[in-house]
Amino acid sequence: MSDEVIHTKDLTRMFGDFTAVNRISFDVKKGEIFGFLGANGAGKTTAIKMLIGLLSPTSGEGHVAGLDINTESEEIKKIIGYMSQRFSLYDDLTVKENIRFYGGIYGLKSDVLREKYVEILEKVGLQESLNSLVGSLPLGWKQKLAFSVSLLHNPKIVFLDEPTGGVDPLTRRQFWEMIYQAADEGITVFVTTHYMDEAEYCDRVSIMVDGNIAALGSPSELKKSFSSQTIEEVFIKLARGAVNDTG
Amino acid sequence: MSHVVEISDISKTFKDVQALQNITFDVEKGELFGLIGSDGAGKTTLFRILTTLLTPDSGRATVLGRDVVKEFRQLRPLLGYMPGRFSLYQDLTVEENIRFFASVFGTTLEANYDLIKPIYSQLEPFSTRLAGALSGGMKQKLALSCALIHEPDLLILDEPTTGVDAVSRKEFWEMLHHLKQQGITIIASTPYMDEAGQCDRVALIQSGRILKISSPDEVAKSFSSTLYGIKSKQRFRLIQTLREYRFAKSVHPFGESVHYADRRDQPDPEEIINYLKDKGIDDASIQTIESTIEDTFMELMEESHE
Repeated sequence: MSDEVIHTKDLTRMFGDFTAVNRISFDVKKGEIFGFLGANGAGKTTAIKMLIGLLSPTSGEGHVAGLDINTESEEIKKIIGYMSQRFSLYDDLTVKENIRFYGGIYGLKSDVLREKYVEILEKVGLQESLNSLVGSLPLGWKQKLAFSVSLLHNPKIVFLDEPTGGVDPLTRRQFWEMIYQAADEGITVFVTTHYMDEAEYCDRVSIMVDGNIAALGSPSELKKSFSSQTIEEVFIKLARGAVNDTG
Repeated sequence: MSHVVEISDISKTFKDVQALQNITFDVEKGELFGLIGSDGAGKTTLFRILTTLLTPDSGRATVLGRDVVKEFRQLRPLLGYMPGRFSLYQDLTVEENIRFFASVFGTTLEANYDLIKPIYSQLEPFSTRLAGALSGGMKQKLALSCALIHEPDLLILDEPTTGVDAVSRKEFWEMLHHLKQQGITIIASTPYMDEAGQCDRVALIQSGRILKISSPDEVAKSFSSTLYGIKSKQRFRLIQTLREYRFAKSVHPFGESVHYADRRDQPDPEEIINYLKDKGIDDASIQTIESTIEDTFMELMEESHE
């Protein structure tokens, strides 16, 4: 099972008598881009919190990069990267200060950090902007920088929350190319998003409905088995039958 | 007067940022018009000018026959505006919010209940819940109800579907189609190309300039060359390798495939596949595909960069 970076079996989380996540079982392979979809209230956030060590399961098992989510959650936090569309970088720090800050959190030595500045700026194309405030950068640059920062400590797996929302179509593709490159280098990419056209870029996607994984497969497999043209249609067919809505 | 909105040569600059450059277009009565562009493209600035909240540096706009600068007082009661940020009172309940907005415009919930009923009735089970405690989809329905409560002639919606899930987005567009049937003219902005198809006409906006205005179908079809979808399991290498191909015009990842356009008029797909094989990508498949709005948008963006 060395090829499985995420493995869950019957993973369950209850809140009182409400079952937020109901015995979900799935695997994600090394270097895979995995889309994790679900409507509001479907249990997506609860499941992710368990995977990244922020919430303990009620029952069932889960491993992330070989570490047990029940007993090794602190270790898990060190080997994952995380990037969210809403918050990732400090607007009132410069590009360099942000990299140094996150590098410091993950315990990177200063000589390693110096290499990282160069590497990241080249990758993102921000050579001129090392001392610019992040708040002054266009959204697309920020997102690419945030993604690079989430990879600073060479995580085995990176969690991306709606990574490309709101950016123009060209910038968005530059971002996906960065994701493909990371995956090509063996990093597993776990994407959650409300936007089904983002899901089309993933190798495989799962769709959660009412705490269960209602569908799992490659975008083309899912479209075929639900006789749909797009993942959006598949999603709507599944999610319209949902019982849970947060109101 | 068939034009509900007439915008002529509007420009607006903030410090050193040119937010809008010579924007000119009209919106017809009863139209569902989409303004499609990314974060920072100028959508919100244009909407603020149309809703009289901001004055342009130059150019002129009339909305419902009133000048947006000189006749802003007469114009405001005729408009329904849903700003991009959730702008209702989070610490008032659902019902208190709707009654507040009704009273500001000198009307009542009861007087215009029929217009908002299809939307508001979905919120009634939660009428005593604080607005701040609603889910994204419900907040959006409440904001739309509040923008509609005074029966406006024109509805302006700034990114109404940003941050809500696919089911709520689909329902939202269904509500807009229903309102359109009641004769309300609607202008909505979105950063999401897949929503453009819901509109009668769309304007593509980027860096403060309009790149194109047409029906969604025409925008999609106006892509200038034959477009191919190329697939391989090695996606990252496929993109890199295609970019190095001497006939490559554009190469963009697009969901499961890579969209490819060639510099030649009549490229032989077999030749492209053979090139890829030579470079070690032996599982590639190619087919001609129909271009989408996003393909056209990217092509126009690339042209405007040149």
